[in-house]
Amino acid sequence: MAQIIIDTANHIAGYAAKAARVRVVAAYPITPQTTVVEKIAEFVESGEMDAEYIRVESEHSAMAACIGAAAAGVRTFTATSAHGLALMHEALHWASGSRLPIVMAVVNRAMGAPWSIWPDFSDSLSQRDTGWIQFYCADNQEVFDTIIQAYRICEDERVFLPAMVCLEGFILSHTYMPVKIHDQEEIDAFLPPYRSGWILDVNNPFSHANLVSPEWYMEFRYMIQEAMENAKQLIPEIDKEYGRRFGLQYGGLIDKYKCENADLIICTMGTMGSEAKIAVDNLRKEGLKVGAARIRVYRPFPVEEIRNIAEEASIIATIDRHISFGMEGFLASEIKASLYHMEDKPLLAGFIAGLGGRDVTFKTIEEIAKKSLKWMKAGRVEKETVWVDLRE
Amino acid sequence: MVTIKEFPKEEYLLKGHAACAGCGPSIALRLLFKALGNKVIMVVPACCTTVIQGPYPYTSFAVPLQNMLFEATGATCSGIAAALKIRGLEDITVVGWAGDGGTVDIGLQALSGAAERETNFIYICYDNEAYGNTGLQRSGATPYGAWTTTTPTGKKERKKDMPLIMAAHKIPYVATACPSYPVDFVNKLRKAKEIKGTKYIHVLAPCPTGWRYDTSKTVEIGRLAVHTGIWALYEIEYGRFRLNPPSDRLIDKSKRKPVREYLAMQDRFRHLTEADIEKIQQWVDMDWEYYRKLASSECSDLTLHGKI
Ligand SMILES: Cc1ncc(C[n+]2csc(CCOP(=O)(O)OP(=O)(O)O)c2C)c(N)n1
Ligand code: SF4
Ligand SMILES: [Mg+2]
Repeated sequence: MAQIIIDTANHIAGYAAKAARVRVVAAYPITPQTTVVEKIAEFVESGEMDAEYIRVESEHSAMAACIGAAAAGVRTFTATSAHGLALMHEALHWASGSRLPIVMAVVNRAMGAPWSIWPDFSDSLSQRDTGWIQFYCADNQEVFDTIIQAYRICEDERVFLPAMVCLEGFILSHTYMPVKIHDQEEIDAFLPPYRSGWILDVNNPFSHANLVSPEWYMEFRYMIQEAMENAKQLIPEIDKEYGRRFGLQYGGLIDKYKCENADLIICTMGTMGSEAKIAVDNLRKEGLKVGAARIRVYRPFPVEEIRNIAEEASIIATIDRHISFGMEGFLASEIKASLYHMEDKPLLAGFIAGLGGRDVTFKTIEEIAKKSLKWMKAGRVEKETVWVDLRE
Repeated sequence: MVTIKEFPKEEYLLKGHAACAGCGPSIALRLLFKALGNKVIMVVPACCTTVIQGPYPYTSFAVPLQNMLFEATGATCSGIAAALKIRGLEDITVVGWAGDGGTVDIGLQALSGAAERETNFIYICYDNEAYGNTGLQRSGATPYGAWTTTTPTGKKERKKDMPLIMAAHKIPYVATACPSYPVDFVNKLRKAKEIKGTKYIHVLAPCPTGWRYDTSKTVEIGRLAVHTGIWALYEIEYGRFRLNPPSDRLIDKSKRKPVREYLAMQDRFRHLTEADIEKIQQWVDMDWEYYRKLASSECSDLTLHGKI
């Protein structure tokens, strides 16, 4: 029986790992991720979850243990934040290079120095090129559903890649919301038992990940690129199937809101996407033609869908909870790159907001929208990157 | 106890491996497989063995092998052991096989964590006393005075005592070994296989390339390491320390050969002064005083832990 519970996104991530019948969890605590692994520890110790919980001594070891367990043939889960994710960096490459379908919750937190425990995307976006699929969630329900979906996608033979399911620290991680925990039998029907491309098998001994000469290395990389392209096709299909089964879906790669015949489209990720919807409703009431696109999947990047959205728009405003120092926000860069080959492309205004947990409310987004519309009318973007609410 | 005649004929280190001629670690590898058979899953971090196994798409190992990040052997074995446990496949032996750098330096944390978590596996450190893979730089296991490419005038610090660090984790089995004593090594491995929990075996494995001696002398150098007392063969089983033959006959200093004989055979020690050699001799004698105390019955259960 499906069940509605009111809980934090971190606990919900634990419920999702349980519902996905994860067999090995290896994790190390860091704020604001801690309550994910505490919840799982409870589930394992009470016997509600039939899993081994490895209390490792670092995040590097957490990912190494997940790699070992996944290679030895079981579904694995871990969770981390910021510095823990950065410490894992090397092992993230190893997981994707080994084509192991590990799923990890990343509770987004700003990177130090100076120390911050509040959210932005500087942790997960720094891992952009590690070969992990990256999902960004807007509410607790989406956290649950995306973790379940992620296993299905990662364990598809056309993909066999790991995925991060990102949720912003505190904004989601410690905020209570009602969430529907679907019927276990229905989840089992959607998510078959663990599958991977290979396994450590004493009856079929192979040397995995040994030295590869220049003669072969590029082909292995190309296969990861192909798998990412396959994931791009698959994610919307799986999301639709999920919708049919459970009555909940998220727009596949992009959660689009009133984008049809919009002059301005506001592009965000994560919880800013929910605020953007409120802003759009308010602006529409004023007669302004504004829509919102929440990039739900950042890797693989939805290039084609971005082009489709851009087709009718005159300006796109990106709001990045991240800065690539010496350049601009990643979303701004990636969307510009996606539009490059379009003949008649919209203007693009990049906004940096919400770093280190500063609030980005619908009001902030309305201001961003109005500024962008002004530039649209003028036919020129006055400033390529605007730092929102900056003390100068 | 198996004798050398009873060693299985099967070879799981296959022909065509890429070790240097006279490589001590590759002898130890061959013995490892003879002792454990092929119901083994092995984890190998970056080290000479990355090269020894041979490049993709070939392998010279007849067991499944997970190549892994340099510092992550312990944690990876924890993951594999957990997966095998939950799959009900605990008859498979998980083996971490790492160099001294991957053990005493960069991999110490992950190994310590795995041991403290009582991971069910055998960890073997094959100690060639330098970073062989990357061209023979010093490690925490390089002995005092030895030339390496990053200690061109000889290392100024002493070797880390890794087996006793592992004993301090109160794991059920710690042992030292050397491929020059194959029966001792094979029996230790077979014993380790039967014990549940973390088993640690530290193998001094002479390396002609790094130690600068003739490739025909590997076995002899290993014997001299033991007979001079530079390397002691012992095991610590549930906290009980015991010297193994021939080391058990060497507590009396007069039975030990002077360390000079061992040092003189290797060009990595060529530049040592008389004072250096004297210092090394004194340190070895002090180590043996310590082993004598550990081996005495009053000491072993007090300093280490007993089986309950
Ligand atoms: C994080 C990281 N740092 C450095 C290296 C480079 N590296 C590879 S093997 C190695 C030395 C290995 O030494 P040891 O563990 O003693 O094994 P040996 O090569 O002597 O068999 C080093 C420094 C690496 N692979 N990964
Ligand atoms: S460098 Fe030494 S340990 Fe490495 S393969 Fe050569 S002989 Fe063996
Ligand atoms: Mg070495």
